[in-house]
Amino acid sequence: MRTILYIIQKEFIQVFRNKRMLPIIFFVPIVQLLILVNAATFEMKQINMAIVDLDLSSSSRQLTSKFQGSPFYRIINSSFSYKKALSLMQKGDVDVIMQIPSGFEKNLVKEKNSQVQLMVNAINGAAAGLINAYSTSIILDFNREILIEWLNPAEMGEIRRIVTETSYWYNPKLNYTTYMVPGILVLLVTIIGLLLSGMNIVREKEMGTIEQINVTPIRKIEFIAGKLIPFWIIALFELAFGLVLGKLLFNIPIEGSLWLIFLSASVYLFVILGFGLLISTMTNTQQQSMLISFFFMVIFILMSGLFTSIESMPLWAQRVDLVNPLAYFIKIMRMVLLKGSSFADISHLFYALVIYAVVIISLAIWRYRKVA
Amino acid sequence: MSPQHHGTTAPQHHGTLPPDDAIIHVSDLVKKFGSFVANDHLTFDVKRGEIFGFLGANGAGKTTAIRILCGLSYPTSGELLVAGYNVYTQREKIKKNIGYMSQKFSLYDDLTVFENIRFYAAIYGLSKKEIYHRAGNLMKKLELEEARNKLIREIPLGWKQKLAFSVAIIHDPKIVFLDEPTGGVDPITRRQFWDMIYEAARSGITVFVTTHYMDEAEYCDRVCIMVDGRIAALDTPMDLRETFHAKTMNDVFLKLARAKTPEGI
Amino acid sequence: MRRFWGFVVKEFLHIFRDYRTLLILFGIPAVQLILFGFVITNEIKDARFAVLDLSMDETTRQLTEKIVSSGYFQLDRNLHTYDEIDEAFCEGDIRLVVVFEPDFARRLEKEKVAHVQLIGDASDPNSASILVSYASGILNNYLLSMNSEAIPLQIHPETRMMYNQELKGVFMFVPGLMAMLLMLISALMTSLSITREKELGTMELLLASPLKPLQIVLGKVFPYVFLAFIDACIIILLGWSVFGVPIRGSVGLLLFESFLFISMALSLGILISCITNSQQLAMMISLVALMLPTILLSGFIFPIENMPKILQWFCHIMPPKYFITIIKSIMLMGNGLYFIWKETLILFGFTLFFILLSIKKFKIRLTSS
Repeated sequence: MRTILYIIQKEFIQVFRNKRMLPIIFFVPIVQLLILVNAATFEMKQINMAIVDLDLSSSSRQLTSKFQGSPFYRIINSSFSYKKALSLMQKGDVDVIMQIPSGFEKNLVKEKNSQVQLMVNAINGAAAGLINAYSTSIILDFNREILIEWLNPAEMGEIRRIVTETSYWYNPKLNYTTYMVPGILVLLVTIIGLLLSGMNIVREKEMGTIEQINVTPIRKIEFIAGKLIPFWIIALFELAFGLVLGKLLFNIPIEGSLWLIFLSASVYLFVILGFGLLISTMTNTQQQSMLISFFFMVIFILMSGLFTSIESMPLWAQRVDLVNPLAYFIKIMRMVLLKGSSFADISHLFYALVIYAVVIISLAIWRYRKVA
Repeated sequence: MSPQHHGTTAPQHHGTLPPDDAIIHVSDLVKKFGSFVANDHLTFDVKRGEIFGFLGANGAGKTTAIRILCGLSYPTSGELLVAGYNVYTQREKIKKNIGYMSQKFSLYDDLTVFENIRFYAAIYGLSKKEIYHRAGNLMKKLELEEARNKLIREIPLGWKQKLAFSVAIIHDPKIVFLDEPTGGVDPITRRQFWDMIYEAARSGITVFVTTHYMDEAEYCDRVCIMVDGRIAALDTPMDLRETFHAKTMNDVFLKLARAKTPEGI
Repeated sequence: MRRFWGFVVKEFLHIFRDYRTLLILFGIPAVQLILFGFVITNEIKDARFAVLDLSMDETTRQLTEKIVSSGYFQLDRNLHTYDEIDEAFCEGDIRLVVVFEPDFARRLEKEKVAHVQLIGDASDPNSASILVSYASGILNNYLLSMNSEAIPLQIHPETRMMYNQELKGVFMFVPGLMAMLLMLISALMTSLSITREKELGTMELLLASPLKPLQIVLGKVFPYVFLAFIDACIIILLGWSVFGVPIRGSVGLLLFESFLFISMALSLGILISCITNSQQLAMMISLVALMLPTILLSGFIFPIENMPKILQWFCHIMPPKYFITIIKSIMLMGNGLYFIWKETLILFGFTLFFILLSIKKFKIRLTSS
């Protein structure tokens, strides 16, 4: 037992002595938090539009001004030339082109229906879908307005309506940052934890110091524990720090119990650090170790539900996700922090992490060989 | 050529029992890396309290053998006892009784002199009082008290080596293995280093040392010369010089290396 | 010169002997393409919802049925009281609750107005608002079919999705993936391989050899240029053959721009290795200063236009942003140099800047030591 304490002491000294690593461990996460929270958003703020109005009627102008009046839309260009508009799209200046064909108003009056064309830059498929939905709804809005304008009340009365009332729970203002902060905190703790632990043992291998330790009667479990605990403490501290920042800077809600958060976090970190140490025992150079950590990290992050929803993934991918520790912990963080879920609500996720931690640390101890 | 008496797994005691004063007993040690034979049927005993030199050019198989004796690497076959314990089955017991200093003298660059001593003493399970006591004595002896809080990377190579040696025997082992301990330092420091080795031997520690400096062979009680993974000669320096009609150990070595007799002596 | 090529061959051998690293270098593009092509989507489907039906009539049943059959939703459970809503949300999986008021069908017939309440779990605000708009869209469609004869004036918007008719996510991700991997291999791997030599002390040996410092650096860098280039080709080929990402523009131009970007990344890698001494540090700097911006501030996943102004400024000093723009422009829009000369020049500028800076740093190191 005492041996472990001395290993921990040594690891701490090494971390804190490294004047260049320290800021990276403690300062960089803050910067990342700030950047990530603001950058990682699918929320559309502005849509750049070009309008090709070939009708030039009062209706077409009304429709145009409807878009001009929307805070989402910025009309970059109005012209009579589709070619001009298209070249703007090719340059990347315009997201959507609306073309109002000549005879738009005439058809509306005579034939009772008319057409408008929308050309959406669909390279970003998801954004294109949203742009289309927004634009269509503005056009339909316009449609409703002219209905009210042109029809008499009796005709209107025949139309049945379903009034939808919408309410958003837990986050009525639809503040995206409160959703992202808990997930991003997980991300940061994971990156730091995985890289520190993943490079640790392999670094001793490269330096040759591991041999000196391997000729001592130290027990494998003591060695792994001594390596694990310092990073565990650092990562937990970082999580606490991140939560404080999240509260101060972004005012994230903390609905549930902080104890529950830290209890889950401590188990989760054992999984991540165990994973890092396992990689470390299986590689020979820091470069290798880093690449392998990076490889898994990217897959874990992308499939974690941090940016996109897990339910939308194909079934086989959801099954693969059962071994993704990030998916569990991000879910726990969001549920407890944002909705105040109780231990009973998250117990199945929690126990999954416990099993995971036991398995991965046993693997790391087993894989650590004192004899080559 | 030679009939295979042993399987590839751990053989039990049979045939030759080690002599009573042997602290290391090696019989028919073979180590293969794929088809390359690094140690080819080595047989020797190291006596309690002696300074045993393991000589040879780079790649002669010295480091391989020393790593096996320290429990850092598995032998392919052979019978090995270190400090009375079996290398196959009692590794951890062996480790309590040996010290090891490698070519890279593995001190932590980013820890201070004292921190290095404390760390290694601690993982050998010394008590806190013992750690401070021995660390103090050690730094006094090496005249490193001034440098107590200096980082290892800031002190000269010669000091590092002496410190690494002292750290390797901080837990009073029965045997200390030194793998090319004096690589890359000046003759004066080497001489001082050998004084430390003598002192350790006087206090009862058996010293097993590999080197490719032939002059150092003269300092050993007995010398084993390795050529291409085999033992080419094993005797006291004086007897070796006589047998080979050579003035220095260097001549002995050159004669052996040139001959490259397949069966050795 | 012979000596130099000998050195390059040695470096190649180093890399090719390390099969694990190679496996990963070529495995990463394949796995990530698959992830982005098949797994990661911004769309929402099969979201779980619950119904609190206080009316229980034919219309509400039909409406629930419509929501389920849309493909966006799957019905998780029926609730009976308001109090059960919070509980359902807290258990985690339910994203939306639909509440029908009592006497729903009767009111719709008699009073021509009926009320529905859509409650989204806005702890995930993005999906909440999308799901709510899907659901209300479904309700409106149902209404439209009921009212079909009643609406006399209709404008039909006709939408054409340009460059990517089926709205495939891969189209967006392939260029970003190229930028990320080229950055990873070129900048990160080179900086690590050079700092490794420093850490192990072998750099001193090399510097003491008759090779010129420039030759050493070039020799270390050369294999990675090769690897990066192959990786770029793999991504383009896989994207094209498996996911149907087109190459509408000139292949020559595409390769030239990739080469330019690789040079930029390499010079950045060299710069990093000039200012660091340990692999750990080089890696941290690379990850923090290269990977995160490449993934986040380049328009790879998150559109730059959505970010706050300050971050948009940051994006403008991120080389990958320009590369991604270029790749999209050539591959997907089929544009020529005319549309991307500005971005190309900027990449040139970055390359030059990094090279000059590392030469300066290198000289300082030589004179000070």
